[in-house]
Amino acid sequence: MPEFNQISEASLAYFKSILGEERVLVGEQISPDFGRDELTFKPVMPEAVLQVETEEEIRKIVLEANAQLYPLTVRGQGTGLVGGAVPIRGGILLDMSKMDSILFLDEDNLTLSVEPGVLLQDVTAYVEARGYFYPPDPGEKTASIGGNIATNAGGMRAVKYGVTRDYIRGLRAITPTGQPLQVGGNIVKNSSGYALKDLLIGSEGTLAIITQATLRLLPLPKESISMLAPFSSLNQAMDCVATILKSGSQPVALEFLERQTILDTENFLGKKFPHSTSPAYLLLSFDGNSKEHVDQEFAQAAEICLSQGALDAFIIDTEERKSTVWDARGAFLEAIKASTDELDECDVVVPRPQIAEFMAFAHSLEEKYQMPIRGFGHAGDGNLHVYVLRDGIDEKTWQSKRKNIMEELYQKAFEFKGQVSGEHGIGFEKKEYLPLLAGPEAVELMRGIKAVFDPNGILNPGKIF
Amino acid sequence: MHIIVCIKQVPDSSEVQTDPKTGNLIRDSAKTKMNPYDLYPLEEALKLKESRGATVSVISMGPLQALSTLQEAYALGADRAFLLSDRAFAGADVLATSYTLALGIESLAPYDLILCGKQTTDGDTAQVGASIAQWLNLPSVCYVNRLEVMSDGFLVEADYDQFVQEVKLKAPALLTIDKEANTPRLPSYLLKKKNADKKIEILTLDDLLKIKTNRLKDEQNYFGSTGSATQVERMFQPVEEKANLVFKDQGKELAKVAFQALRDRNLL
Repeated sequence: MPEFNQISEASLAYFKSILGEERVLVGEQISPDFGRDELTFKPVMPEAVLQVETEEEIRKIVLEANAQLYPLTVRGQGTGLVGGAVPIRGGILLDMSKMDSILFLDEDNLTLSVEPGVLLQDVTAYVEARGYFYPPDPGEKTASIGGNIATNAGGMRAVKYGVTRDYIRGLRAITPTGQPLQVGGNIVKNSSGYALKDLLIGSEGTLAIITQATLRLLPLPKESISMLAPFSSLNQAMDCVATILKSGSQPVALEFLERQTILDTENFLGKKFPHSTSPAYLLLSFDGNSKEHVDQEFAQAAEICLSQGALDAFIIDTEERKSTVWDARGAFLEAIKASTDELDECDVVVPRPQIAEFMAFAHSLEEKYQMPIRGFGHAGDGNLHVYVLRDGIDEKTWQSKRKNIMEELYQKAFEFKGQVSGEHGIGFEKKEYLPLLAGPEAVELMRGIKAVFDPNGILNPGKIF
Repeated sequence: MHIIVCIKQVPDSSEVQTDPKTGNLIRDSAKTKMNPYDLYPLEEALKLKESRGATVSVISMGPLQALSTLQEAYALGADRAFLLSDRAFAGADVLATSYTLALGIESLAPYDLILCGKQTTDGDTAQVGASIAQWLNLPSVCYVNRLEVMSDGFLVEADYDQFVQEVKLKAPALLTIDKEANTPRLPSYLLKKKNADKKIEILTLDDLLKIKTNRLKDEQNYFGSTGSATQVERMFQPVEEKANLVFKDQGKELAKVAFQALRDRNLL
């Protein structure tokens, strides 16, 4: 662990000279929100929050931090789930939320250049109003694009369209030694040396500070339709997934839902879901440029589901129906959070055929540890979200049961040759499990890469490994 | 129990677009859907069908294109579907629409309950339901968000923002159902396939003129634009505004302040 220094008065004065008094927050001025993310229950506060507006400000701050050995953590909107943006070593928290400009829509290259603090929902609204499509669709729409890039955020459209990494053409960044870096660009192919752009994506703020991103866009599909298929068991539902994907049908999203999570969400939203009597559901969506095309994809998948035991295939074809179903699906995490006092999550990704078995195993732990466990996830890509709920038990029992359950879940994921995180990242919450699933050799290489970028280890210390 | 649900096909866009020059609705004929407000009365009818046994008939007035919306009603679980379609029905306002629907409903008698949505997303008057009740001389309540079947009629609860009213009605009755009543089910692919060729009966002006009840003199003049008491002068996007005013005065004083309040808003 590197040794760091406390921020000196002289440095604070220097930061104020760069940013002005009002963009340097210390002590009481710092809201507790800056000490946590969506799932951190005990905040860890930084010494100073620096609200940056330009790349040049960032460069100067980084040079000072590197020279004085101040830990520096980058924060977008703090919507992460594994503590990636929590300043666990104190020091400087770089608040990127003021760098929120949409810079340039390049309609010839089908790209959009943005600052990292722009919210995902603002990018989506901006491009869709102009007939374009930014496919990555993580559940948290108020996340910043910078945060999405830092965690290689996935989301529900990954089955057909892939994840954030597939939609980043280029990045500008400042390295921890204060060097400006331009990787990738407005180009489609690139075989020029190591793929540094892809390395920065998903690096959780440990390698460099992203200051600008060029996003790849697609033309907005004109039509879409979704399907909700009820099944009498999750096994039955999951058995359909491979058949659907093999059939040539290309679902945009392919989610599985369990009844208990639907009931939690009905309680949370105070609104009934259109169907909630079956133990398990598949929720699919299809898009394309003609109604005939999406209807045909729907019918093909519906026939497969029905032939493999689905009780029906409900049609979700209007804006009202889509918002009833997908808004509820989007509220799952919030609903589960609202149903208990504290929770821990597991974002493993396993090979698709093992999803049902993994969920059955997770539910078996409910019984074994007498703890409520909820789950939902992306049937189409094997990424599962499993939550252990504290439900009011005492701190000591909670910590020990939580830890045991997580260890069993990650051990099972290891047996299935899965990985720790499908889309949330490692942060500090999940780092103890990384060597088990990624392998110690891989983690050692990651440490080596980190040392090349960040010889003093100032950037987001204590994360990933 | 026989329940008749009135439904309408509307343009499939969340905001109805109007041509700024002519003021007419811009209809993208390719994209239509069932009026979203009609899904709630239909759901209420289907729930009664499941819980007590009922025949659910749906009826709509419109061009032949509206057949697809009636087909969707089959995919939701309706038993019978009827379309009132005739050139003579075109251009109808609330008065003519409600008259045409009332005759169509009469042709399906006997019935115990007529359900409508509280309004449509294109016409937006929220008056057709109550007007049908008037033509048919039926008791009616609008904005119902809870419906209970009693031995001789219905017990309903309607929400009027500032107060909630509970009303008992004798059957047959007409209700307009509000959004809080239920979550509409989704159309079933199985039912859609099963009912792909199921008949939808089309009723024309001639068919309606053959109905023997409540005859009016010169009846053909009550349909379509001829039978309309109002004409659309201009259409524009409304400015959304909603305010609740509470007047505590009594009698003449109350009339005075209410009059003044309306005058201040250029509503008189």
